[in-house]
This record gives sequence, structure tokens and C-alpha cells, in this order.
Amino acid sequence: MADQNISFVRHDQIPPSPPPTSAAGPVKWARENLFSGPVNTIMTLLAIFIIYRLVAGAFPWFWNGVWDADSIRECRDILTAAGKSTGACFAVLVDRWDHLLFGFKYPATEYWRPTLAFVLLLFAAAPALFYKYVPRKFLLFTALYPFIAFWLVWGGSLWVPVVILVSIIATMFAFRAVEGLDVNMRRILAGIVGLASGLGLAYLLYQGATELWFISNSVGTGGAFAAISSYLFKAASIFMFVFFIPMGIFVGYAIYDDAEGGGLVTIVTSLFVLYALLAYVLGPLSSGLNSVIPLELQAVPSRDMGGYMLCMILGVVCVSLSIPLGILLALGRQSSMPLIKGVCVVFIEFIRGVPLITLLFVANVMLAYFMPPESNFDLILRVIIMITMFSSAYIAEVIRGGLAALPKGQYEAADSLGLNYTQATRLIILPQALKISIPGIVNVAVGLFKDTTLVSVISMFDIVGMIRGPIQQSTDWISIYWEVYLFAALVFFVVCYSISQYSQWLERELRTDHR
Amino acid sequence: MTTMTDHVAEAPSGSFKLSMLLNDTRYRSLTFQFIALVAIIAFMAFVGGNLVRNLAEAGLNISYAFLGEPAGYDINQRPIEYDSQSSHGRAALVGLINTLIVAFLACITATIFGVIAGVLRLSNNWIVSKLMSFYVEIFRNVPVLIWILIIFSVMINAMPAPRDFRGDDATSSMLFDLFAFTNRGVFAPAPQFTNSFAATAESGPTSTGLDWLLVVGALVLSFFVARAIGSWATAKQEATGDRPTTWYLTLAAWLLPVVLVCMFLGLTWNVPALKGFNFQGGMQVRGSLIALWFALAIYTGAFIAENVRAGILAISKGQTEAAAALGIRPGRIMSLVILPQALRVIIPPLISQYLNITKNSSLAIAVGYMDVTGTLGGITLLQTGRAIETILLLMLFYLTISLLISFFMNIFNNRMKLKER
Repeated sequence: MADQNISFVRHDQIPPSPPPTSAAGPVKWARENLFSGPVNTIMTLLAIFIIYRLVAGAFPWFWNGVWDADSIRECRDILTAAGKSTGACFAVLVDRWDHLLFGFKYPATEYWRPTLAFVLLLFAAAPALFYKYVPRKFLLFTALYPFIAFWLVWGGSLWVPVVILVSIIATMFAFRAVEGLDVNMRRILAGIVGLASGLGLAYLLYQGATELWFISNSVGTGGAFAAISSYLFKAASIFMFVFFIPMGIFVGYAIYDDAEGGGLVTIVTSLFVLYALLAYVLGPLSSGLNSVIPLELQAVPSRDMGGYMLCMILGVVCVSLSIPLGILLALGRQSSMPLIKGVCVVFIEFIRGVPLITLLFVANVMLAYFMPPESNFDLILRVIIMITMFSSAYIAEVIRGGLAALPKGQYEAADSLGLNYTQATRLIILPQALKISIPGIVNVAVGLFKDTTLVSVISMFDIVGMIRGPIQQSTDWISIYWEVYLFAALVFFVVCYSISQYSQWLERELRTDHR
Repeated sequence: MTTMTDHVAEAPSGSFKLSMLLNDTRYRSLTFQFIALVAIIAFMAFVGGNLVRNLAEAGLNISYAFLGEPAGYDINQRPIEYDSQSSHGRAALVGLINTLIVAFLACITATIFGVIAGVLRLSNNWIVSKLMSFYVEIFRNVPVLIWILIIFSVMINAMPAPRDFRGDDATSSMLFDLFAFTNRGVFAPAPQFTNSFAATAESGPTSTGLDWLLVVGALVLSFFVARAIGSWATAKQEATGDRPTTWYLTLAAWLLPVVLVCMFLGLTWNVPALKGFNFQGGMQVRGSLIALWFALAIYTGAFIAENVRAGILAISKGQTEAAAALGIRPGRIMSLVILPQALRVIIPPLISQYLNITKNSSLAIAVGYMDVTGTLGGITLLQTGRAIETILLLMLFYLTISLLISFFMNIFNNRMKLKER
């Protein structure tokens, strides 16, 4: 029998042998990910070739870079002396470091101020950016930061921002105080405030009416278009003239009539208090305090701002101003009131239809014509106004998307709770809509920050303006380009890439669906 | 939000109080709008009054008469006839055409870059997808102005001068003896016609707008013929089940009319040649145009890549798997199943990227390419000092272009939309 001849029977299992080297480890990974087919192999080889060319071209240039030279000629001499055919002149970055960061007019002894303001910016932004992980009380510093930063960057007396801050706090206290008054006191206060604002408004409207009449007389000559616009201005003037007294009486009486329950008295009174403090107390008080306790930094005028600092100032100021403005525009565009909706739509579509450069031209040469002759806005302020308008239109569109994405049930639920428009918007609608819009808002912010380089076109000396002007046209560093532009690209990349990474992190953080 | 204030129960009828205009939801929106109207008029009055006063003080007026006056400056890149005696209006027109040229070129190139990078970023090939991520992140996060200036500087500084092409020991040579890449731009052969409409007995080969109109007409004819062939084939396929082979008919429909028109006009190529200090003849594409075109394309391409990637990721994986189950090859799954569906997601952001290219092309002023910002908003503004008029016209140009592009793209978008019941 055959089975008697079996000399060996295995009782245990053979241990599994390791997979062949071609099916495990890096080789397997490479086979699956890089060389899985002829097309893939060709693409991999092509990619490796491109990377090789980039590295082979750039690496010696970086490695041979000269960091210590006074001019591009000296730098090239050093390279030739060392027998190197290629090499970067990073010496320009060392030589012009201050210019690239702060512009060429900011006083050199004061560089610590914008640097400190920048460091503090990180601390001020942290409670807002990482609100879950930073205690809420640090938001107080965020609220104080604009005043600190303004004082640090522009200098001047410390008492000016302090008095402004105190005025705002005093206004808030006035708001609380009026809210707490009893009915009779409110009546009296409402009578005074109503009379004052009614008279003030009537006076303003009367001024407007005469102004319109003045315009209509000066455009009236020449051509049918001028004649038509003249009549339009006349009609508007008459409209204003007819309504100036009724509007004044109406507003004054409405405030008085509102005294018992409404918040109108409180708001208007607080505004009066704020105006009075800023217009009549700010100047004398701050100069008085300054003469007693002089706390002053060297004042730096706006036109001396430059370099990367200017991009930072424009980016931070315009983004923070344009978010509230964008929210208002988006709400206006969603409004059921045709006039307000129309104004918002025209504004948003107009701004989005024209390039930022034309708006900067407006800031540069045109805006002055629309301001009163004695007013003296400096260029940086005009640019801030235009860039803020520009980005608020884009942010409004992003937020409108967020508002439209909310289910209708949310609006209806807010209605059914008996919330009024302000309460519903503040408590129900905006928190959800803003959450949806965060990635879009961050995209706009990054885009805006990149667009701040455009101010170099209207001869402001931001980092690109510094490179194109004082650096490339100097005899020392004539027409040097790779080193400086790569540096500029690097500083923008660091900021923009971090912001976009933050936005992706926040998106994951805010995700409330269960995944 | 309209629902928030509607359908309020009828308020108890009583005496009308003035504060009801503010507190009663029935009248409140009217009151607010009235206040807004008054505020707008007051703002106009303020701005307009200042304008009139400031203009009077500076001795200026608002007039567009300068558009008819001779411009007195030269434009180096001119697609239509223009010399320094032409009017400011014609200079603006040249600039407008230049804007459209660079925007058109950049849109096409950016789309190509973006689609390739977006698709490859999703590739299984690790090194390729990482390379594409690198491209997208690097270009998205650096201002386009810096890219324009870098490419322009490279064009100016790193390209050979025309004199390097001269002599026996030339350090540079022309590509195929047809193209010359110099620091003054790229010289390429220019098509010309011996029987051009503008040709006279002694002028030699030339070209004019009418010739090109004829060529474009031939292409339009080809388009309709090719479409007719396609619908004929579809009709036949639906009737018999077999689709006739039409690729040679379509090819003929595209080629034949153009070839015939070119033969009729007598097409010759004017090849650039080194004469004196520079290349003569042919078509000169200046460094400024190339820098602007290439920078806009590569920058916007990075954004389009992200849009394409998002669009492809939006298509559920089941679509790919279903197509694979039907036995369709991977390449065809992409082109027949995924991309047509992804296009619906991709096209709306693509439109806004095209608009961005058009608006960003105004950065031409940084490299001296004479687009409408360079002519009308640049030299014309400086020469005539008419800031308000030129800037308003400039805004009007861009606004019109933007609104037109979004109008046509919205029509296209609506036609592409899923027909849902």
C-alpha cells in the first residue's frame, strides 16, 4: 500500500514566508504609486526630470550665494574670484533689509515700534483666531490692540489714543445710564435730544438743498445732457427743500415719542455724547495731559510708511474694516426694501466689475476732487478707503452665499420665536452664515493681502515699490531681480500659506455634522 | 427674510402716532427707505458740490473733447493702425484691443494649465501629484504682480540680445530658423497675403483686416458644416444603430474652406531676419506681453487647478466605479463620465477666474504693456490731466467687459445645467 511508505508527515504549518521584495516595502510602494503602467512611468520620469532641472539650476545658485558685499559689482567680483559661474547676491537683502521691511523714510531709530506692533498683532489675533483655546478675557487685549498699534506705528502723543478709548468707554457708560433712567427723565432727555437732532437734521438737509441748487446752476450750460442733469439736480434740490422741515420735525418727534420703551433715545444720546467728546474734549484734554505728563513717541507721517510694513498695515486695516462693512452690504442685498437692496447691488457689482488698479487711481488722483477743498486726506488714508470698499464688496458676496445657504427653516424658526429682525440676524442668522462663509472670507483676505502690492503702481513704496524704485535703480544694486523678488515672494508666501492653512483647520474645527 | 415681518395680525385700529412710522412693521420699511433716499441725495449733494467747487477752483471742466485730439505718443504693440497723430480715442481703442488680446490668450493658457494641474493633482502617482500641489501652493500664495515682474525681468535680462545671433560665432540661434527669442521679445513668422485686399501693384505681400475677416468667415463656415455632419451622424446612429465614420469628413470641413481661402489670398510667411541691430519682418511679440500673458496664465492656472480638483472630487466615487464596472478604460472614464459632470461644478468659478484675468491684465501698466490702463489711464491721463474723465471711461470699459463676460458665461452655464424636474 502506498500510504505505508510515507516516511514523513508534517504536523505543524510552514511559517509564512515574507513577501518577495518586489511586493513589499518601498519597492511595492514605488511600483504601485510611481510605475504602475507605461503612462505612469513616463510621467514619473518626466516629473523627476523637471525636479532635477529645477534643483540643478537653483541649488548651486543658492549655495554659492554671497551674503557680504556692498554692491552688485563687488558681489560678482567675489564670485569670479572664487571661480564660480553662478551664484546669488543675497548681500542685497542684508544691505537693504531695513528698506525692504520698513521703507526708506521710516526713522531708523524707531524700527522697534512697527516690529513690536507686529509681534503684538500675533497676540491680539490669537484670542480671536483660536477662541476655543485662549481664555476669553484676552479678547480685551484684542480690543485694545488698534489703539496700541496706531500709537506705535504713527507715534505722537499717547494721550490721543487713550482719550479716544476713554471717550468710547464713557459713551458705553452713558448708554447704560440712559437705559436705566426712569420714564419722566427719559421724556425730558428725549425732548432735548429730539429737538437737537431735529434741528441738526433740518439744517443739514437745508444745506444739501442749497448745495444741489448750486450744482444745478453750474452744470446747466452746454448740451442736452447737461440740461437734463441740471433739471435733475433742481428737482432733487426742491425735494430736499420741501422735506427739510418735515424730516426734522418727524425725527425729533419720533425720538421724543419713543421715549417710553424704545431704544432710540439711548442710541441717539450716546452718539451725541461720543460726538461731543471727540469734537470738543479730545483735543484740549489730550494736549493738556501731554503737557502735564509728556508720553510721546516721535510722530511719523503716513507718507513715510513703506516696505513690507505698508503691505501689512493696508492688509490688516482693510480686512478688519471690510468684514463689518461686507456684512452690512450682504444684509442690505438680501433686504426686502427695494431702494436699499438696489443701492447695495449697484455698489457691489460696480466694485466687482472694475480692477483694483482703477480704484487706486481714483484714490490717487480723483478722490481729492470729491472732498471739501480744505480737507486734507493723506494718500494712505485714501488708499485704505478704496481698498476697504473693494474688499467689502467681495466679502459681501461671500457672506451672501452663506446667507443663501441657510435653510429657510432657520429664518422661520427665528420668526416663530418672536425675535425681531435685529435679534434674529444677530442670534440666529449671522452666526451660522458667517461660519459657512469663513473659507470664502479667508480667501478674500489672502487675495486682498496679495493685492496690497498694487499700491506700488501709484508710486507708493511698499515692498515691490521699494524693489522697483530705490533698490533696482540705485547704482549699487542696479537691475538686480531674482534675489529681491524671491525674497518678496517668500514673505508673502509665508503669510498667505499660513492663513490658508489656518482656514482649513478652522473649517474642520467648526464642522458640526457628525462624521 | 421677507417672511420675518409679513403676515402680522391686523393691529388694533387707533389713532395714528408719528412713532408708528418707526415702530410699526407696516410702515417701518417705507420710513427707512425714505431716510435712505434722503441720505443718498444728501451724499450726492455733498460730493457733487465739492466736485463743482474744486473744478471751478482749478479752472477745469468735465469734457470728453480730448478724445478727438491727437495723442502725440507712440504705442509699440498695435494690432490696428495707429501713429502718434492719431487721436486719444484711437489710442484708447488700441489699448482696449490689447487688453482683450492678452486676456484672451491668458484665459486659454490658464485653462490648459489649470485642467492639467487639477487632474494630475488627483493622480495616483505620488511624485506627480506632489509636484502639482507644489505648483498650486507656490503660485496661489504669491502676488501676481511679483510673478509678472519676475518673468519680465527674466525676459529682459536672461534672453540673448539680437546681436548675439549675428556672425559665424553667434552665441544664439533661431529655433528652426523661424523663431527668435530675444530680450526685445519673441520674433515669429507673420502670415501675409500676396492677393491681399490692401495689396497694390508695388506694395508686395501684406495683410489687412478684410483678409482676416475672410479667414474667420471660412472658420465659421467650417464650424457650422462640422456641426451639421455631427448631427447627421447622430440621426443616422439613432435610425440604424451604427454611427458612420465621420472624422475625415469633419477634418475636411475644418481644413478645406481655410485652405481654399488662403490659396485665394496667396498666403506667404514673412520670416523674421536679422537686419542691422534688430530683427526685421515677421511678428514681434514683446517681452511685456509675454510676461503678462505667462504670469497671468500660470497664476490663474493654479486657482483653476483648485476649481477643477474640487469639481472632480464633487462627483461621487460611485460614478467612477459604475463606469469601471461597464468596462470603460480609465482615460475614457475621465473624459466621458467624470469631466462632463464635473464641468457643471467647475464652470461658475471658472467664469470668475476669467473675469479676474481680465481685471488683473490691468497690471500691464507695471511692465509697460500698452493695454487700456496704460494708454487711457496712463499716458493720456498724464498728458491731458483729465483725471476724472479718463478714470470714469476706464472703469466703464472694464465694467462693460466684466458684465458682458458674465452675461455670456451665464447663458452657457444655464445651457449646461442639469435639467431637473
